[in-house]
Amino acid sequence: MSKFVMPSLGADMEDGTLVEQLVAPGDPVHRGDIIAAVETQKGAIEIEVFEDGFLDKWLVPLGTKVPVGTPIAMIRASDVPDAPQPTDPVPPVPPRELPEPPAPDQPPAPPEEPVPEPEQPPSAPPEMAPTGRQRVSPAARRRAAQIGFDLRSLGTDRIISLDDLPTDEAGPKGEPLSAMRQAIAAAMTRAKREIPHYYLSDSIDLTIAEDFISAHNEDAPPENRLSIGVLYIRAVALAAQKYPTFNGHFVDDRFVASDAVHLGMAINLRGGGLVAPALHDATEGDLSALMHRLKDLVARVRQGRFRARELSDPTLTLTSLGDRGVAGITGVIFPPQVAIVGIGTPALCPRVVDGVVQPRRVAHITLAADHRVSDGHDGAQFLRRIIKHMQNPETL
Amino acid sequence: MTDQDIRTLVATQLGRIAPEIPFDSIDPDEDLREECDIDSMDFLTLITAIGKELSLPMPEADYDEMRSLNELLDYLRRHSD
Repeated sequence: MSKFVMPSLGADMEDGTLVEQLVAPGDPVHRGDIIAAVETQKGAIEIEVFEDGFLDKWLVPLGTKVPVGTPIAMIRASDVPDAPQPTDPVPPVPPRELPEPPAPDQPPAPPEEPVPEPEQPPSAPPEMAPTGRQRVSPAARRRAAQIGFDLRSLGTDRIISLDDLPTDEAGPKGEPLSAMRQAIAAAMTRAKREIPHYYLSDSIDLTIAEDFISAHNEDAPPENRLSIGVLYIRAVALAAQKYPTFNGHFVDDRFVASDAVHLGMAINLRGGGLVAPALHDATEGDLSALMHRLKDLVARVRQGRFRARELSDPTLTLTSLGDRGVAGITGVIFPPQVAIVGIGTPALCPRVVDGVVQPRRVAHITLAADHRVSDGHDGAQFLRRIIKHMQNPETL
Repeated sequence: MTDQDIRTLVATQLGRIAPEIPFDSIDPDEDLREECDIDSMDFLTLITAIGKELSLPMPEADYDEMRSLNELLDYLRRHSD
């Protein structure tokens, strides 16, 4: 019998709510089966089981929020309900071998004093004039502005302090951050605090790559068409395989390179927010297969459903602005990763090709990388490799 | 397929991709992607779904004839007998 625990789906996750139990007690489960869904800050996430066996029982009722690491179900090896169990032969199954450090970053509390020094009523109102100005402590002044309290009602016979103000009013103005924004805030704050980023940029001539896509798509039905994005993915993944200091995780003062490239795809969500789940093994399979996996991932993410591994596995992130964006993007590294590649919206630009100025489709490409792990020289090689692949789409 | 059928089909498929945009609020002569804030992947999803329903190939070379909602509806009318 082993415990199935609430997995950690990222450095910023502390707890999750069990929202779906997809397997009934007594049912068989197989490694890789999705047996539950957990609501986190990032949406509903499907949770896989990591062994074969039978679901013995659920330990946590639906709708219950529990900390990461809490057992939520028991899995037994045989289908006999009361098989004599050697005391926990299998260690509690960590959902991932990823050594996520305990999240040091609490989602930031709303800033203490988000409201700048309020403008005061222009001047002492006339009725106070005889005895002089009202004296108010700065903290009281701030609070009054925050809660819309009229200080004049307190008179001028003493110094007004915080204690003189009503306390039961709503707190600071402004909406608290949504769960999604808190998750982004936590990860990005950690990135900017801990990761010494360095940045490189260049441009990619996409003319050849776009011709390659057009030729492929010409006779293809819509469901088999490729997008330029899939070439970016493959080019970045192949370059990352060649230059492994951009592909892996930095944990506990060590960098662990990853053999596989699980490319985090920055996907914006309608209604706001962003997630960057992994497109697993982005070097594997042909471009059509990769495209299908990409479409599947994007569709599920937009519906707010992705798998636990997809959130914790990315080894490198790609953020592409698509065809309705702006010229360039320089990303913020998503910890514990060590690099992010950004590709801007392609535009027609004059460019010298074979000694002649020609109109070409060009996109900016940037790299933000972790200086603890690599240097600009390495980064330049990595970036040039991506560009080279994009000039030779048949190699992708 | 009547004009109304085509319109309903497009409204349904767009609603799947951009559920928060009321169909009636789309300016039919503006760029559809801008109006609905859809990216090229969403657009491909839309074309795939519509093409399947109407058994139309909707080749990539024709995308320029489907920039706005009116152009798209017109394109579908012309090509679905």
